[in-house]
Amino acid sequence: MAINKDSNGYTFLFAILLVVVVGSGLAAVSMGLKEKQDKNTEVKKKMDILNALKVKEVKNGDTLDISRKNAEALYDEYVLSDECLVLGAEGNVLDGEVAFDIDIKKQFRDKTIDPKDRKYPLYVASLNGTKKYVIPVVGSGLWGPIWGYLAIDEDKSSIYGATFDHKTETPGLGAEIKQPFFYDQYDSEVISVDGKYKKIKVVKDGSGGDAHKVDGITGGTITSKGVEEMVDRTVQVYVKYFNK
Amino acid sequence: MSEKIKAPKEPLFSKKNKRLITEPLDDNNPVTLQVLGICSALAITVSIEQALVMTGSVFFVLGLGNVIISMLRNLIPSRIRIIVQLVVVAALVIIVNEILKAFLPDMAEKLSVFVGLIITNCIIMGRFEAFAMANKPWPSFLDAVGNTLGYGWVLVVVSVIREIFGSGKFFGVELFGDRIAGTGLYKYGYMDNNFIILAPFALFAVAIVIWVQRSRNTSLIEDH
Repeated sequence: MAINKDSNGYTFLFAILLVVVVGSGLAAVSMGLKEKQDKNTEVKKKMDILNALKVKEVKNGDTLDISRKNAEALYDEYVLSDECLVLGAEGNVLDGEVAFDIDIKKQFRDKTIDPKDRKYPLYVASLNGTKKYVIPVVGSGLWGPIWGYLAIDEDKSSIYGATFDHKTETPGLGAEIKQPFFYDQYDSEVISVDGKYKKIKVVKDGSGGDAHKVDGITGGTITSKGVEEMVDRTVQVYVKYFNK
Repeated sequence: MSEKIKAPKEPLFSKKNKRLITEPLDDNNPVTLQVLGICSALAITVSIEQALVMTGSVFFVLGLGNVIISMLRNLIPSRIRIIVQLVVVAALVIIVNEILKAFLPDMAEKLSVFVGLIITNCIIMGRFEAFAMANKPWPSFLDAVGNTLGYGWVLVVVSVIREIFGSGKFFGVELFGDRIAGTGLYKYGYMDNNFIILAPFALFAVAIVIWVQRSRNTSLIEDH
């Protein structure tokens, strides 16, 4: 007996079967590759931290940029994993937490977590004998998440280096936050004066030379404001710890 | 005996099958003639490497998709055939994306949303609907090979132009010296053309390709 392919029953059966087969196939692929993808994200995180610290690999007289190949070794070399801390919202140290395992993006997006309960990882690195502190920041741009890392100098009040990245900001406008001309402005900006937190403003009027101001991006105002907000909100917490 | 049974079967690379590969390269090119898949051609052709990875991804999706659709062609209820095709493309694209993320993470980051946008690449749905739904798996596969190559060569040509004149590089190797350090040609005032890196230039590049192609192959010129 020939099946009537235009009957409703057949159509439904076909659709259900197709979805079940495709769905389970995709689930299997996703689970099979998860471990490798997680590893890649981890390496990427290490690359970002090293970039904020402006670490370069020097090999046979050549200076090499941070890449997936050298990131892990350099991370182990410069970042003092034993001294890395996790802070609470009041700048208090939380015991028994591993800084690298804290997923701040997840915390930021999870509305069920009270902002007061957020955990703030602090990475400590040793660069040519001086200590640097790396702060991860997460926020919202115009279209999606933005994030970055700020390296604080040994004096705990000025910024040593910064990197920012984004998921879906507009190319040429908001997406420019990941360009050196923007994040380099954060170098030697001052986050606290006489033990008091001071906000770094993103300004329009071109007065970015000031130690508490950086120039925003033309046409990328909302993304620039997003950077200002995330740096402001996060750095406050760390300053409480630094000035304790 | 067995020879006799096989006799009516077409050879794997019969004249007709060969045309499936050669036609999309020139006479029926998906990008320059049908003007499909332009979105990705504009977006990811800033470097040759990206163009090649994109072509590879499209080949995976189109090749496998064409074969799957062709095998199912007598089972798919015609009322939901577009949805079925879409499910197949979407599933394959997700697989490509996951594989890129696992094995070529830097490339996955650069291609970002454009891998996902393969789903809406008209070349793929077009081939499913126009070819795979009506043909056997092997010709469908050849059709996929032809169309991917036709898509790929345009992408590569455009990306070669854009990478050389936009970033002064060929396959990531600096051609004219170090731009930032100002060595080589840059010392004498040469500058990369930033406009070439921007997406609109790809339109010009594709147009130039179409121009050259039509001036060589005058049968493609329509009468007006």
